Amino acid sequence: MKHLDVSAIKDGSVIDHIDNKSTLKVADILNIQNEEQVVLVGMNLKSKLLGKKGIIKIGGKIIDQKEVNKIALIAPNATVNIIKDYEVVKKFNVAVPEVIEGIVKCFNPNCVSNYNNVTSQLNVVNKNPIRLECHYCERIMSAKDILLI
Amino acid sequence: MVSFKQRDIISIRHFNKEELLYILDLAKQMERTTYTDTLKDKILASLFFEPSTRTRLSFESAMQRLGGMVIGFADSGITSVAKGESLRDSVKIIEGYCDIIVLRHYLEGSAQLAADVVNIPVINAGDGANQHPTQTFLDLYTIQKTKGALEGLTIGFLGDLKYGRTVHSLAYALAYFGAEMFFISPPGLRMPRDSIDELKDRKVKCYEHESLSGISKKLDVIYCTRIQKERFADPVEFEKVRGVYRLSKAMLEELEIKKDLKILHPLPRVDEMDESLDKTNYAVYFHQARNGVPVRKAILSAVLGVIE
Repeated sequence: MKHLDVSAIKDGSVIDHIDNKSTLKVADILNIQNEEQVVLVGMNLKSKLLGKKGIIKIGGKIIDQKEVNKIALIAPNATVNIIKDYEVVKKFNVAVPEVIEGIVKCFNPNCVSNYNNVTSQLNVVNKNPIRLECHYCERIMSAKDILLI
Repeated sequence: MVSFKQRDIISIRHFNKEELLYILDLAKQMERTTYTDTLKDKILASLFFEPSTRTRLSFESAMQRLGGMVIGFADSGITSVAKGESLRDSVKIIEGYCDIIVLRHYLEGSAQLAADVVNIPVINAGDGANQHPTQTFLDLYTIQKTKGALEGLTIGFLGDLKYGRTVHSLAYALAYFGAEMFFISPPGLRMPRDSIDELKDRKVKCYEHESLSGISKKLDVIYCTRIQKERFADPVEFEKVRGVYRLSKAMLEELEIKKDLKILHPLPRVDEMDESLDKTNYAVYFHQARNGVPVRKAILSAVLGVIE
């Protein structure tokens, strides 16, 4: 019988293959502290692909596209499994979209998108390593500059 | 086919070489006539949220020389902005009063925001430290006019290359024309690394130096910018560098330079260019400022669609 480092959940979402160091950031994105059902977080798990990986299992929650897009920016290798009655009913890799709207703050403090309730818009110029160009002020951001809203 | 009809002019990056040359050719035609009435039914809204002399007046002069009318303000303190109105609301309302908006604003990206919310063309007349595309068009026009061509020149950019938006845009545009570029600045005011990397990616030969000595004889053009005292934490450091970057007739006579060297400056100058230069054949910065009118006439005519 296969041994699981992190127990199975009956219904909900499993985010696997998270870059180990980004696990708690992904937990923040998913706002796990406000979940009422079971939440399991594993770190430092063995991974052929990543060396060490993180995994998060959230009972009773189907993660939405905005959360998937945010996760893609900080854990580009992550996979999402939707679980129903202990079975995987849907599985997909996160993917960085071409345009990122309203989820990343432009790092330029003088950018108009940081004022007047303007929704931030960043065009993805490179996916790996990630490079984003602000639609408004044209500044280029790399992974270290990303601040999620 | 090149068409500027109803296009926004936000960033020099939005234009290819053919489009840049199209505006320069049109500007040449515009210089032949001082007044026409091709824009007689058009109204330009000149919205300046930041101080300006050359850009605002040359846009207004250009519009009036084409027979058009100008509304607007040069001090946002007397508008609803002072009551807390957002930029988005301001331009949406003003859109109903005019055919084209010229906008200068202290926030970077403000012209793009305005262009996104209105259905008439928006021309960026400077958005913070980001872009000032019509300045780049007139810089190119001045270089082309005084050097005879844009291809294959060696350009020295001198002064504050870190914060100078005109330098970044002009370097980007000159890369289309095979220019070799020397960036001459104090260490703390160097050209941003991203800009240098981008130029190198575009196969531009570019070099960084801290003074003109040793390279002055190679230059066809010097594009000089103001070194701002407020950029230096230590006033002693500022005093050390200001002399090195202060061009004068005597300094040029001591350096080895090409006889047909041309010196440009987006102005205003403070003390980085001595008045002794003004009457030399090297100085073209006052012509450069004057070229704002034909270049902006060309842009207004092309965008408002009276010239196809």
